[in-house]
Amino acid sequence: MDVSSPRFKEKAVIALANPTLRQALGQSRKGFVNKRAELVAALPEFEALRDQARDVKNHVLENLDHYLERFDSAVTAAGGHVHWARDAEEARNIILGICERVQARTITKGKSMVSEEVNLNAALEERGYTVVETDLGEYIIQLAKEPPSHIIAPAIHKTKEQVSDLFEAAHGGPRKTTVADLVTEARLVLRDKYFKADVGITGGNYLVAETGSSIIVTNEGNGDLTQTLAKVHIVTSGIERIVPTLEDVSLFLRILARSATGQETETYTTLSTGPRRPGDVDGPEEFHVVLVDNGRSKMLGGKFQDMLRCIRCGACMNHCPVYGAVGGHAYGWVYPGPMGSVLTPLFVGLDATYDLPNACTLNGRCQSVCPVRIPLPELLRELRHQQHQRGISPPVQRRALGVWRFVAERPGLYQFANRLAARALKSLGGREGRLRHLPFAGGWTALRDLPAPEGKTFLELWQARKT
Amino acid sequence: MPRVGLFATCLMNLFRPTVGFAAARLLEDAGCTVEVPMAQSCCGQPGYNSGDFDAARALAKQVITAFEGFDYVVGPSGSCMATLRHDYPKLFEGDPAWRPRAEALAARSHELLSFLTDVCGVSKVAAAYTGTVTYHDSCSGLRGLGVKAQPRLLLGSVEGLQLTEMQDAEVCCGFGGTFCVKYPEISGRMVDDKLANVAATGADTLLGGDLGCLMNMAGRLRRQGSTLKVFHTAEVLAGMATGGGIGEGER
Ligand code: SF4
Repeated sequence: MDVSSPRFKEKAVIALANPTLRQALGQSRKGFVNKRAELVAALPEFEALRDQARDVKNHVLENLDHYLERFDSAVTAAGGHVHWARDAEEARNIILGICERVQARTITKGKSMVSEEVNLNAALEERGYTVVETDLGEYIIQLAKEPPSHIIAPAIHKTKEQVSDLFEAAHGGPRKTTVADLVTEARLVLRDKYFKADVGITGGNYLVAETGSSIIVTNEGNGDLTQTLAKVHIVTSGIERIVPTLEDVSLFLRILARSATGQETETYTTLSTGPRRPGDVDGPEEFHVVLVDNGRSKMLGGKFQDMLRCIRCGACMNHCPVYGAVGGHAYGWVYPGPMGSVLTPLFVGLDATYDLPNACTLNGRCQSVCPVRIPLPELLRELRHQQHQRGISPPVQRRALGVWRFVAERPGLYQFANRLAARALKSLGGREGRLRHLPFAGGWTALRDLPAPEGKTFLELWQARKT
Repeated sequence: MPRVGLFATCLMNLFRPTVGFAAARLLEDAGCTVEVPMAQSCCGQPGYNSGDFDAARALAKQVITAFEGFDYVVGPSGSCMATLRHDYPKLFEGDPAWRPRAEALAARSHELLSFLTDVCGVSKVAAAYTGTVTYHDSCSGLRGLGVKAQPRLLLGSVEGLQLTEMQDAEVCCGFGGTFCVKYPEISGRMVDDKLANVAATGADTLLGGDLGCLMNMAGRLRRQGSTLKVFHTAEVLAGMATGGGIGEGER
């Protein structure tokens, strides 16, 4: 996928002026936030579960090589194959190779952010394969030819009316207008594709080291049909999505659905362990897991290791007021919101992503809901630090910081400057007590008045009072 | 009597000294001796949040030195005091000389209202305010320092004051330090959402514990032509919310 993060500001402004987007985003996010809050309030041990989940993830990351090897052996023992992809290109080539070998024509896909990350669909389509996204949201944006704008609700930016338009154009009328009718129509269209599919590609919410199972959770059951009806099942997953045992999975299942969609559990939780065995009534003939590194191992042992705990629940973006204002597309790559603002610079580089760590008030709401307690604001600040050190931050800002530091390090000078500023701004503010324009502060006064100071600084008044 | 060093936050010092005097009065009423060291400027947060950790460290050293002799360091801002409490120790990680000093300062540093209630045991104030107020939970105080119940407890004791909660009181107002000037359009949407929630309460006064957020919201209210009053919570609690509110002119 192209990286349009350098145009964050421009895209954000366009998004802010789009009332349809505002309507679409507002409704669904509010639902997620409120439902999560209700369920969390009803589960007294939720905070303890978050601690446990964080600890399990940390343990796995500390011993990742061990668990990956165990997973590899377990998959092989179950008759499946594990493939290791260092980067996006290797991941694409591995999958293209499998599809070619089995002479695939139609490929169905369950939702997988990793496949977005490695830009799989474009590569498959270029080779002439018919690729059908089966997750309703993914299907909608595939029709719209758009990237996802949310990691669990990829079409969250679309209103029902827009979906009606898309379906009418793609399926031919009559136009459906209710959610139920739209879903039924998508079901009927997709049902046929599952049976035609030669290869089914899904993501993996959890890879279980103990058993070699990959687990997906969905609300639509589309993932199950994708992976059981095709002749070949390919799982694409990041190397960090390993958990040691099935016991651990049950812990994550308890926090994932609550954090993501505000459900106690998703409708379907499906385990795949190897291909169809003799005597099985269904299941794929081949089972492949493509483990994608693509920059993840570089995060191990460093300042950003905590980010590898992410279970892709989307709670951080659901609760982020910046995401809520501009939507997911402004972020310019696969992962939006707070987690994306950390991951995108790490995956695609600091230079093209200046705005992402900066377009954040560090209000901390994301961290307060993250089920695996990732300190997102701290990681964003660390990225700002790296930008500063590498000279990526704008020269104007660097100069301003230099001046500020010079003055602030000299309390006498600082107080003198403040006394002058207090008087100057007070007189500019006049009787109204506020300034409508202020040179060099256009970012403030574009939308707000500047409340004028009282006229003298606190420190000078305090000193006067004491003497 | 505990000796308290009052941390004069940048915005309070420059824009709203009344908040400093209100803080001093509340602390003195709670039985503290209040002193204000003159060798202070800024906690360093603008540098820290802009990724200039060296600048932040330089200013942190200045604050640590200036406030070393006090029993407590108290400031009328959740944001600045969270910097002292949480960020200073992190800034000096691995520095054997400064880390212990930073930790000692952090342990003695408090946001004003949580200090009054949690440390001094204050549960009521002798102030009156006629009006219906709504309270915005500023993010750093709320999530960094757990300031939530304390202002509400104290406001509950103000004679004549009625508190009505807004929806999404815990959602950021869009200030975010330099964020609001770097991303004015996004910040503008956030503050408008916030002010819509404020307006829906029907309150005539908006209160909060951080001048950055208050100036952001007051500035936007004035631009919209609203006459809603905006005060720092300390001003109301100290009975000093008698003149013009923030951005209102002649007091
Ligand atoms: S960072 Fe945390 S809240 Fe955000 S998607 Fe990942 S696990 Fe969920």
